[in-house]
Amino acid sequence: MGGRTLFDKIWDAHVVQHIPDGPTQLYIDRLYLHEVTSPQAFDTLRDKGVRVLRPQQVFAIPDHNIPSAMPKGREALEKGENNSADGKVTCEATNETTKKGKGKCTTLEIEDATGRKQVETLKRNCEEFGITFFDMGTKDNGIIHVVGPEKGLSLPGMTIVCGDSHTSTHGAVGALAMGIGTSEVAQVLASQCILQQKPKTMRINIEGTLPKGSTAKDVALYLMAQMTTSGATGYAVEYAGSTIREMSMEGRLTLSNLSIEMGSRAGLIAPDETTFTYLRGREYAPKGEAWGKAVEQWKQLYSDPDAVFDKEVTFRAEDIAPRITYGTNPGAGIAIDEVIPSSGPFSAEELAYMQFRPGQKLEGTPIDYIFLGACTNGRIEDFRAFASVVKGHRKAVNVVAWLVPGSWAVRQQIIDEGIDQILEAAGFELRLPSCSACLAMNADRVPAGKLCLSTSNRNFVGRQGPGARTILASPLTVAASAISGVITDPRKVKIEK
Amino acid sequence: MRNKTFEVVQSTCIPIAIDNCNTDLIIPARYLATTTRDPRFFGDAFMHDLRFDAEGKPMEDFVMNQAAFSEIPHEGVHEIIVAGQNWGSGSSREHAAWAIAGYGVRVVISSSFADIHRNNLLNCFVLPVLVSKAFQQELFASIAANPQTQVRVDLSSQTVTNLATGHSEHFPINGYKKYCLMNGLDDIDFLLRNKDIIVEYEQH
Repeated sequence: MGGRTLFDKIWDAHVVQHIPDGPTQLYIDRLYLHEVTSPQAFDTLRDKGVRVLRPQQVFAIPDHNIPSAMPKGREALEKGENNSADGKVTCEATNETTKKGKGKCTTLEIEDATGRKQVETLKRNCEEFGITFFDMGTKDNGIIHVVGPEKGLSLPGMTIVCGDSHTSTHGAVGALAMGIGTSEVAQVLASQCILQQKPKTMRINIEGTLPKGSTAKDVALYLMAQMTTSGATGYAVEYAGSTIREMSMEGRLTLSNLSIEMGSRAGLIAPDETTFTYLRGREYAPKGEAWGKAVEQWKQLYSDPDAVFDKEVTFRAEDIAPRITYGTNPGAGIAIDEVIPSSGPFSAEELAYMQFRPGQKLEGTPIDYIFLGACTNGRIEDFRAFASVVKGHRKAVNVVAWLVPGSWAVRQQIIDEGIDQILEAAGFELRLPSCSACLAMNADRVPAGKLCLSTSNRNFVGRQGPGARTILASPLTVAASAISGVITDPRKVKIEK
Repeated sequence: MRNKTFEVVQSTCIPIAIDNCNTDLIIPARYLATTTRDPRFFGDAFMHDLRFDAEGKPMEDFVMNQAAFSEIPHEGVHEIIVAGQNWGSGSSREHAAWAIAGYGVRVVISSSFADIHRNNLLNCFVLPVLVSKAFQQELFASIAANPQTQVRVDLSSQTVTNLATGHSEHFPINGYKKYCLMNGLDDIDFLLRNKDIIVEYEQH
């Protein structure tokens, strides 16, 4: 028998049965739920009169509809949640006091009635079916793809699914993690299994050291432009090579997050010391003797030297400059100092929507909004990167800035490291954890015609709001542009020590 | 969604010749903030921001608003979408498949589908029919020349035929899913019938 890929090892270990002339029945270790793609799945369970088979393997987190704006009672929320001596959370707006970490601050309110109903429905469904629910406004909450790895819920070798295409994020810890539809969410709730056609395998190698100013986000944007947005459709991708080995866990999560933008449902990275160091001591990670045993098992999770992939491609890190998109799909991108090509993955209408033209250089173009956050770039390293650029500068007056941590834990770390002070001194406000301006499902929407430089994952027509124009970039590029007010190459900003 | 048994669909088509048409375009995110399963709600939101302007007025130049293609699908009429390549990319939202099904469409023909959306269509009893680029382009040309062009999709023989040219292609689908579609069965019923092997798997 020939060598097996990392993907094969995880897949094979989870096969419950092969259906003749059909898909594979695959066992799922972890199901994540959010409020948008789960309500109809619970209704399906009720229709069929079935319970959740393994509620202890399911975790629910509302994130898409959560507001990021600071509510009234900010001081109490901050102090109560994080620093209170008596372990109580007090919300000024409601004068409500609850036990630290257990209660929710009701000052956080979703204005939109349908969005509010979705979150309430998720909570009720979790109560009814016995599923752990990380409520909005509590320290456990955040974007599901930030919280999962952060809590040690996403572990190497696991199969992980969620009704969200960016579930590929969790592949960065060495898991097989895939986005699924609501019918499939219902299947997993009822049976802890899904029926899947086995994808082909692809390895993307990136070798060498990234140039100054380039980040994991730029690697992903470069790959999308090289591979196109359907270049990895039908494949499970593994990222490998020296660039990946040297990449931080946060960077890997960003890279795996964007796998779906090349069409791949999964983006795996073999777990190594970086992974183990990141996971050790996390809330749900194995402890004590179990930790040592787990690491020994996880060390077997790599592609054998003689493993054969259906497709293999290699890129050089030194070719990857800071990047921006110009079109309305993430593959329509260029290096920041390049001009928009005369032909590429865009139609004339799409370029007209962006109000750009072929041959145009985007560097120096005025912007209206910036967004730092989302499951793509809402982690501590992203806020450190942003702060390193804006430190000692001032936010440009023409720019509306949304800085939104991916979770309450990230927000806490921002405060603990004093990053919030740097941001505040530069004229930026730190908002509350949420999916925020990534997808126009909460109050953070970019108005029609306005141009937003965003660390999120999709520049689709209307993605950040009807008529909104989105350019995708790294936290460094967004920071450089936020202080100049125009699209700015981060390599050209003087960094204050 | 109502389960439907599926055998042959013969119908006129709606050509949506947009490449990389993502699920945000098929149904914008603001229609996702709902707990309903009402097919009409999702059908009304299908391709909403290309069909309607900010005031809710139909945009004349979009294909679904043109006289030849604006009739709401019913038997033999507009039950088939002929789509550009990489149809359904982006978000995993099954709401996109609900929108297509809710509008009344039973078949989507394209030269490539995004993986998650393809599964979602199948789970909503909408048949994704994968054809060659040549077949897809010829079909667009046939419909442009005559909007009444009919296409016949026969699931049991896995054949799609452009009745304007008589050209046919075989399309792929696994035997299990084909059986499910032809008999109106869904995956959850299959999984629930096989619970003992799940427990067995957990124990080893």
